[in-house]
Amino acid sequence: MKVVLSHLTKIYPSRTKGGKPVRAVDDFTFEIPDGKLIGLLGPSGCGKSTTLNLISGLETPTDGKIYFGDTDVTGLPPEKRGVGLVFQNYALYPHLTVRENIRFPLENFRGKDKLTNEEMDRRALEAAKLVQIDGLMERKPAQMSGGQQQRVAIARALVKMPRVLLLDEPLSNLDARLRLQTREELRRIQNETGITTVFVTHDQEEAMSISDMIVVMEKGVVRQIGAPQEVYDDPKNLFVAKFLGTPPINVFRGSVKAGRLMIGSEAVLDIKGVPDGDITVGIRPEGFVLNENGRFTCDLTRVEVMGRDTSVVSTHKCMEGVSVRSIIPSEDKVKSGRTVRFDLKPAKVHLFDAKTGERVYYEVAK
Amino acid sequence: MKNNLKGWLYLLPAIVFLAVFMVYPLIDVFIYSVEEGYNSASQTYFGVGLFNFNYVLRDPYFLQAVKNTLILVVITVPLSTGLALLISLGLSSIKKLQDLFQTIYFLPYVTNTLAVGLVFMILFKPTAYSEGLVNLLINFFGGRSVDFIDGPYWAKMFVLCFYTIWIVMPFKILILTSALASVNRDYYKVAQVDATPSWRVFTKITLPMISPMIFYLVITGFIGAFKAYSDAVALFGTNLNAAGMNTIVGYVYDMLYGDSGGYPSYASAAALVLFAIVLTITTVNLLVSKKNAHY
Repeated sequence: MKVVLSHLTKIYPSRTKGGKPVRAVDDFTFEIPDGKLIGLLGPSGCGKSTTLNLISGLETPTDGKIYFGDTDVTGLPPEKRGVGLVFQNYALYPHLTVRENIRFPLENFRGKDKLTNEEMDRRALEAAKLVQIDGLMERKPAQMSGGQQQRVAIARALVKMPRVLLLDEPLSNLDARLRLQTREELRRIQNETGITTVFVTHDQEEAMSISDMIVVMEKGVVRQIGAPQEVYDDPKNLFVAKFLGTPPINVFRGSVKAGRLMIGSEAVLDIKGVPDGDITVGIRPEGFVLNENGRFTCDLTRVEVMGRDTSVVSTHKCMEGVSVRSIIPSEDKVKSGRTVRFDLKPAKVHLFDAKTGERVYYEVAK
Repeated sequence: MKNNLKGWLYLLPAIVFLAVFMVYPLIDVFIYSVEEGYNSASQTYFGVGLFNFNYVLRDPYFLQAVKNTLILVVITVPLSTGLALLISLGLSSIKKLQDLFQTIYFLPYVTNTLAVGLVFMILFKPTAYSEGLVNLLINFFGGRSVDFIDGPYWAKMFVLCFYTIWIVMPFKILILTSALASVNRDYYKVAQVDATPSWRVFTKITLPMISPMIFYLVITGFIGAFKAYSDAVALFGTNLNAAGMNTIVGYVYDMLYGDSGGYPSYASAAALVLFAIVLTITTVNLLVSKKNAHY
């Protein structure tokens, strides 16, 4: 089932008297393709959870439409939309066993949809098998680990065969190791069921690793939509560039003078197609190449050995933030000294308008 | 060993306090209750035995008090808890003026028992000048006046139960509204998305979630109702035996200080009977709650 969001807007009245109303979601238009896993990504307060609530029907949009397939569901209450919902805290009923929790949505069926007891048990077991907790059917939620509880919550959301599965920060309550494991599990379950899934997260690594597409939001506005690698390699603006990637992109105040990209007094790249003036330069950590005669000089702080590769921490007078972090292959040895010099990989150097933060495209001059 | 000593030293103030004001009086009550013909003036008695219990359990005033107390307990505890639950559900489902209503419902709790008694007198007692507000209402609907304070037994019992429910409800409403408010909203969101009918949300989610609080209120409600006394005094005056509206605690008090008082042995025996009843009921309550409440 594809999900279409068309000019979706949600405005909350101001909490304080005379304050400005809050645009939690602002003119969100996107078609979620059938059977895909979509990651809604952004810092807290960016409107990603509100978007999820709009899709589930728990919130009604101020403006815009939502379609499931070709049906307009904008005015439909949540119980008629046939969505499955999973929360960060799982929201499992603590007094019911795993079996009873998973059966709960099925027991709500009325009239011609009503299921027999055996049918409900069969379907509950099927859903439990899918998330691999069929051995724990008689446990209470409190007797299980966070990861197991999250699987039960997913099984409960899947058992009624929802048209859309919605996950609100599904992994945030898990510890690092379980989070890795559960996110792979999530990907597998989604692949097996083929249910269109939207999940919300503030963790860019999580979103990038399992999503077919990610939507990056800021202050209610969609900043970029695309496949994870595409968004990472080709950010449309400084916000997206800064939000994606660990370690984050290094940002410098630079300028363009007669076809040369200047950071401080050094011309670090020869470029074409950008008029002279101030510009914001973003360089991915992997965009640095160690070179004793390189064109870009930084003040060396320390070298962190990480085994697979080496992280060089340095500073530069034109940088934003506290340090410049570059990642180089571990074979490249940094000579101790006060400075370190790099060449830059043009594909990893992005330019942004110094005022608006929008991406400025350039060509490399030969 | 040294640490042990230190620990006991820390506990000493509490132990001394408890020993003097709880353990010693309890033992004393037990001793009084088995001393036959004890005279508090001369501090003498003739023998040891169960005569006091025998006397108390055959005393028609005591039996009347037990009957009154049991009726009070059986009627007021379930009714007040049920009503409080209904009101709390109503309160938590409204958004506007919720705080105002919460305050209004809590007012009886901070009002003095005797002052409330006075108000009830005005509502229910016919005087030379007025029939009382409730009787005026009954007359309005074509009924005949009833004397709720000095009249038939059922009318007096009705007022006592009404009064008790009214006075215990605020606390229950307070506890239940906060219990309802502490249920995580996410449960209701998931239930709504799963198309759960509202009665099912109530019986399968809300009720289990607040069941520890309900059991707490029922248990303390039982104990409180068994210890009822001041409410009856506020309504019917101090001579409760004459009004036929005495309670067990009232009987104990009368045996000690009342006009016919001065019998600490009978009072102790009656108090121990009450203790046995409350202990039994509370044990049963706890057993039931352990099976049904979800902590």
